[in-house]
Amino acid sequence: MADGDRLLGHLLRRAGFGASSAELAAYSTLSYSQAVDRVVNYEQIPDTVDSNIGKPGFVGTTSRGAFSPNTVADDARQRWLFRMVHSDRPLQEKMTLFWHNYFATGLSKVTGQVKNPNGTRLMAAKASEDPARQRGQIELLRDGAVGNFRDLLVAVAQDPAMLIWLDGDTNTKSKPQENFGRELMELFTRGVGFYTEDDVYAAARVFTGWNLKPGDNNDSSSSYSFVYNANQHETSAKTFSFPIYSDGSRTIQARSASAGMQDGVDLINALAMHPETAKRLATKLYGFFVSETATPDPNLINDLATTYLQNGTVIKPVLQRLFTSPQFQDPAIFFTRYAWPVEFVVRSIKETGWAGFSLGTSLSPLASMGQELLEPPDVAGWSLGPTWFSTGAMLARMNFGSALAANQKFNLAAAAVPSRSSSRAVVDYVVGRLTVDLPSDVYNDLVAYAASGSWTGSDAQLQTKAPGLVHLVVGSAAYQFV
Amino acid sequence: MMNRRAFLKDGVAAFTISFAAPAFLSDLARAQGASSRNLVVLDLTGGNDGLSMLVPYTDSAYYSRRPTLAIPAGAVLQVGSDSSGKALGLHPKLTGLKDIFNQERLALIQRVGYENSSRSHFFGTDIWSTANPSNSAGNGWVGRYLATLPPPLDPLVAWNTTGDTPHALLSSTVSVASIPSVSGYAFNSPNSGSEATLERAAATSIASHVPVDKPHVAFVSTSVQAAMATLDRVAAVGSYKPTVAYPTNGFGQALQAIAGAMAKGTGTKVFWVQTGGYDTHASQDTNTDTGAYVRLMVTLNDGLTAFYNDLKNQGLLNQSLLLSFSEFGRRISENGSRGTDHGSASVMMAIGGSVHGGLFGTAPSLAADPQNPTLENNTQDVKFENDFRSVYAKVIDNWLGGDSVAVLGGNFKKSGLDFV
Repeated sequence: MADGDRLLGHLLRRAGFGASSAELAAYSTLSYSQAVDRVVNYEQIPDTVDSNIGKPGFVGTTSRGAFSPNTVADDARQRWLFRMVHSDRPLQEKMTLFWHNYFATGLSKVTGQVKNPNGTRLMAAKASEDPARQRGQIELLRDGAVGNFRDLLVAVAQDPAMLIWLDGDTNTKSKPQENFGRELMELFTRGVGFYTEDDVYAAARVFTGWNLKPGDNNDSSSSYSFVYNANQHETSAKTFSFPIYSDGSRTIQARSASAGMQDGVDLINALAMHPETAKRLATKLYGFFVSETATPDPNLINDLATTYLQNGTVIKPVLQRLFTSPQFQDPAIFFTRYAWPVEFVVRSIKETGWAGFSLGTSLSPLASMGQELLEPPDVAGWSLGPTWFSTGAMLARMNFGSALAANQKFNLAAAAVPSRSSSRAVVDYVVGRLTVDLPSDVYNDLVAYAASGSWTGSDAQLQTKAPGLVHLVVGSAAYQFV
Repeated sequence: MMNRRAFLKDGVAAFTISFAAPAFLSDLARAQGASSRNLVVLDLTGGNDGLSMLVPYTDSAYYSRRPTLAIPAGAVLQVGSDSSGKALGLHPKLTGLKDIFNQERLALIQRVGYENSSRSHFFGTDIWSTANPSNSAGNGWVGRYLATLPPPLDPLVAWNTTGDTPHALLSSTVSVASIPSVSGYAFNSPNSGSEATLERAAATSIASHVPVDKPHVAFVSTSVQAAMATLDRVAAVGSYKPTVAYPTNGFGQALQAIAGAMAKGTGTKVFWVQTGGYDTHASQDTNTDTGAYVRLMVTLNDGLTAFYNDLKNQGLLNQSLLLSFSEFGRRISENGSRGTDHGSASVMMAIGGSVHGGLFGTAPSLAADPQNPTLENNTQDVKFENDFRSVYAKVIDNWLGGDSVAVLGGNFKKSGLDFV
């Protein structure tokens, strides 16, 4: 494969979920910088992916009754996986996943409070398809995936699912609730070590009255929305250990109750523009797109942080900068990032094939691999990098590869027909179809496996060896990296 | 979380391959003493409200500071008074644990924590994991203990029932088997018969290649190796027939798998199990059957009672010690959401056939007086009395036969904590 194609494949694995051969061909006419432009400026590509759900030629879904991704959690998960497999805007889905981990909100707590289907609606409903035009949190993240981070913080702070998840709905004047204020500083902006316990108490008071206007939990068409309850706002001044205003002032002055909502906006504005937030976010993006285990080049982090601040906290220019950086394009980092379970599943589907495969089949394996969409383990999101690779989780990946290969065995065998002259040719076909940096001794094992028994190249043999080889490659250590 | 990741970077580089060949594993397990002692660590994730689990039901401040969350004195399961004379009772749903207490096989260790307790879930968990409040990165205390065992270690020396490896089990040299589901712990194949056998052999061979120039691939290869090497013995655990019915929830099933591993003699030294939902900021509800905290206590009680009785029936009770912890306790006064916010010291439990049951340590006085020495944070928090590392030290020295000073990096032995 030419170097340019290798770099393109790298971009599409990192900024997306890998590429089918058709997608790779569509990009291959572009220069690298044109390809980055196309990936990053995805708004110019129509967002039509959902209209293909259920159509022939695309990966399938499985549901009990009608497919209902706005109200049934497993259907919502399948819709999102479908987008990851087929969207022409792969970065949008990738960044939505990034934010889902970043603002990690668990469906079960939301559902515990508002019941189903309203819990699923608050997490995943598409406003245009919802009777009350309720927009689920995932859709909010998807809409703002590469937009202004400050705006995203405000929207998340007012998002009904988040108001339930971090108990903002109970934050009142007489009893300030710390949960959201703490995580806003610890996880969403500055990070541990850059705020004090007193800052937590002050932040809790800042957000008093930022509550939820609840809907009817027994009515699946009712509306849940943010409400500022002025009479629940604690109006006194709040002082922080870090500057809130550009003049260096650390105090949000006392305001009238009716104007008090501005307290929270002032705090978010300050936090979004803080250099520590810029660095933290840059480091998170570096981890997601470059490496979760390497120590990032401080110059690159500074560069990304500066880009973020100079662009008024807009994310897109930061990503453009990152993807065009020498560090991102360094061939030494190709296939070195530990693939998240959804990355692994989606890439293996894109590369193995999907005709006749249902995404419903992937949901239980994903949970066993440690990543159930809409249910991050806690507010800090999933544990990344090597921690995905316990023995049990690795077996779940291998067994998913087995199930996918078994499902695709006739398609794989048919595609391998031109290579039926020898067992080695079939190995080469499979290894070429799956993008992987395969060590030579692993390749030799594959050849030995394919050659075991006498080679006839019959249809039956192809139907055995081709899926067997796909299973072995997808389940190999090398394939767990993007 | 940043700290954990920073550690893992080094951990991968330092990861060494210390597995024995699969053929010798069963012998190795036997040599390491299939019938020897084991430790079961139970993580109550989210920050357990110790004051709702072990209730100071004669303390008037408990009732005044928790107007909706206090458990009525008449409802608690009385367990007597501690050495300070404070009367205590278990949560009403902990009936099975009360029986174990009566059998003197449950130790309740009060006010366990450390100075300036972190109120961050993640930081707090990391500190309890490393046993080092000033450095939350680095290997876990269990991992460091395992690393002191003579190599080569069997991959089932530690058995984690959760999906990803807890920080406490992390080690530079010991890989931990993670087995969230015994039945799912299998090698499937798209083919059957001899072709499936060939594939399994090929997968084993593929995993045996550990590229020295690619430590990340080497790391995952070792995970595959450990998985392949433990498949058959874990499958045997799947055929375990318990003597009691375990709850069907994840916690109950994880405990059943642990009992099965003990009964089948896997030689495992440390098991890890967790149950979550303890982050009760709002609507904690400690009193009604559908209440959040009540359901937590039911899950805890039913799982542990089944486990205890099963081990007892199997004659395995004397070789097992279960130790529970949580990353912090919760604030004394309830908040405006009828819940409790992140606090500091809390209660640990030790259960087993060799446990000296009873109440250890003293309960706090909850009187909101700034001079009250049992409280901190302007009287909002329970001040720790027993350093959590003293509890670890007792387990390492008196139960596991290790050297707590070496494992914990200091002498935290404390007299009086003679629960085992």
